[in-house]
Amino acid sequence: MQFFGGTEISPSPPAPTASGNNAHMLYIFNRNGVALLYREWNRPLKTLSPQQDHKLMFGLLFSLKSLTAKMDPTSADKGNLGVPQLPGQGCSFHSFRTNTYKLSFMESPSGIKLILVTHPKTGDLRDSLKYIYNLYVEYVVKNPLYSPGTPISCELFNKTVDQYVRGLG
Amino acid sequence: MAPVAPKSGDAIFASVDRVNAELFTLTYGAIVRQLLTDLEEVDEVNKQLDQMGYNIGIRLVDEFLAKSNVSRCVDFRETAEVIAKVGFKMFLGVTASVTNWDSEGTTCSIILEDNPLVDFVELPDNCQGLYYCNILSGIIRGALEMVSMKTEVTWLRDMLRGDDVFEMQVKLLKAVPEEYP
Repeated sequence: MQFFGGTEISPSPPAPTASGNNAHMLYIFNRNGVALLYREWNRPLKTLSPQQDHKLMFGLLFSLKSLTAKMDPTSADKGNLGVPQLPGQGCSFHSFRTNTYKLSFMESPSGIKLILVTHPKTGDLRDSLKYIYNLYVEYVVKNPLYSPGTPISCELFNKTVDQYVRGLG
Repeated sequence: MAPVAPKSGDAIFASVDRVNAELFTLTYGAIVRQLLTDLEEVDEVNKQLDQMGYNIGIRLVDEFLAKSNVSRCVDFRETAEVIAKVGFKMFLGVTASVTNWDSEGTTCSIILEDNPLVDFVELPDNCQGLYYCNILSGIIRGALEMVSMKTEVTWLRDMLRGDDVFEMQVKLLKAVPEEYP
């Protein structure tokens, strides 16, 4: 992928394993729970208002992270349940799957959380999430018109993400 | 799929877009010069440079994390090492070293022998209180704040004032874990 400056984004995008638009939704949250981005491609059932939906998603992930860290059988040091952990510390969960969808999650140490909901047969999306994080850095973080902590309204970023997700398996 | 190993500073520096070093130095010099003209007070300029650095740091940290693939540092010692070896190398092309750890491991000094910001620079007599590289202390403070560490960064030695190296002291005040909002 070529940019204004002409560099390649690393890691280079993983080869798509199947064609077709089969991702359902993408959420990006920052460390304070603000929903920076919500993209929707295929969501037949909507039950909550967008604000409630975002809050639910953020709360779900926060609790899941906490729970998975506490249940870790290999870690020696565990805080009590409910004690907040630094992002990235301890074990981190990366996906869960139900019979109708798969939710993939990635969190950077700076607290940026990326969530991608796809169909259940999707493989490991960690590299893809990393690539989307790189896109976020290039189009949003480096954008002087963007104030950190506010929802993203950069059309170019939205278009690039849509294009990339469409090519995912 | 195995997680990707963190890249070394050299490898990333080779892969990012670079600008001409003189252009960078002269642009920074022009910024400081303009601030001195606008604000006149040396202390004000120091504070403004720190604030500008802070704003840069909060964005820089995401780029750093995305390009370098480092995972969460276990303690402050590792953090300081990563800043000096990978961070400085990636963004300025120079490697810094970390020394002077205190007994608790919360304060250290980052030593820069080579600093591209100060090439060709001399401080005139009426600006002796100026911390020319104060933007760097703001950047480190801003970046560390985004990874939940509140720090204080001060300059101990400054080559423009006659010392032999640049030494900045980074003190960890508090590690602030993520609170549910």
